[in-house]
Amino acid sequence: MRWGVIVFPGSCDEQDVYDCLKHNLRQKVEFLWHKDRLSGKLDCIVLPGGFSYGDYLRCGAMARFSPIMQGVIEFARKGGLVLGICNGFQILCEAGLLPGALTRNASLQFVCRQVFLRVEETDTPFTCSGKKGQLLKLPVKHGEGCYYAEPATLERLRKNRQILVRYVDGKGRTSPSANPNGSLEHIAGVCNEGRNVFGLMPHPEDAGEKLLGGEDGLKIFSSVIAACDKGEKRAWPG
Amino acid sequence: MRVKIFVCLKEGVLDPQGKAVERSLHSLGYKEVKDVRMGKYLEVDLEAASRQAAEARIREMCDKLLANPVIEDYRFEIQE
Repeated sequence: MRWGVIVFPGSCDEQDVYDCLKHNLRQKVEFLWHKDRLSGKLDCIVLPGGFSYGDYLRCGAMARFSPIMQGVIEFARKGGLVLGICNGFQILCEAGLLPGALTRNASLQFVCRQVFLRVEETDTPFTCSGKKGQLLKLPVKHGEGCYYAEPATLERLRKNRQILVRYVDGKGRTSPSANPNGSLEHIAGVCNEGRNVFGLMPHPEDAGEKLLGGEDGLKIFSSVIAACDKGEKRAWPG
Repeated sequence: MRVKIFVCLKEGVLDPQGKAVERSLHSLGYKEVKDVRMGKYLEVDLEAASRQAAEARIREMCDKLLANPVIEDYRFEIQE
């Protein structure tokens, strides 16, 4: 399968995603410049972390209007797989591809630490290699990761089982101290209704080898690979 | 025409910056402060044929870029 990693001005985790996919998972991967039009055959597009357009106005607010994003929106509407990590998650929310928004951390502090995520749903291309209730240890590094959605939206997320990962402690329990940013309902990542667009604040690409403190991040990428290998992405149309 | 735009977090959206300012004011002795909400203020100079035309364009700009309807409300004042 082929991966594309978008580079916005101010992105800073694109190389980590590239290296993780290319060297740890032996994938075909290419960078996509934000000013280009989306072209070529891709199976999954990754929007990496960083500070696109300097985070001016709101995180992700300007990146959503870059030329490549029009293609990404089209790609997602056709059922293409799109993964947004950290700033990528913020951009997908701003673009309306994912519900809700990410606001300033409740602590007002930039958080940079390891967190545990609990896999809540496995019937998506991003979590299909995991088990329900499984814990993943991943790093977070962000100042604006507090997930918010209106009550009606939250209700819809629960009903459609779009909350894919939650922040928990090492024993798999939700608690205020295990929630690094004050996210509503301890939400760390959500998917769209079509289940082909997924955004999360923690960084799977920075947990892709033992040297970096763990390999749990590979679960997300290998799920996508498994889904594409089985051609299952067609079962999750947008 | 000059337009003053105010963007504020919606009721119900956590505003940790507003809370921090509120606590600061309390610690300075301003006990009468009940609540602080922080927002953004933008001044936009633009050319427009009429007040109504400017209003329509500003509304569009706010809906599209300047405010995020999921978390923010906005209002504006036009000065001629």
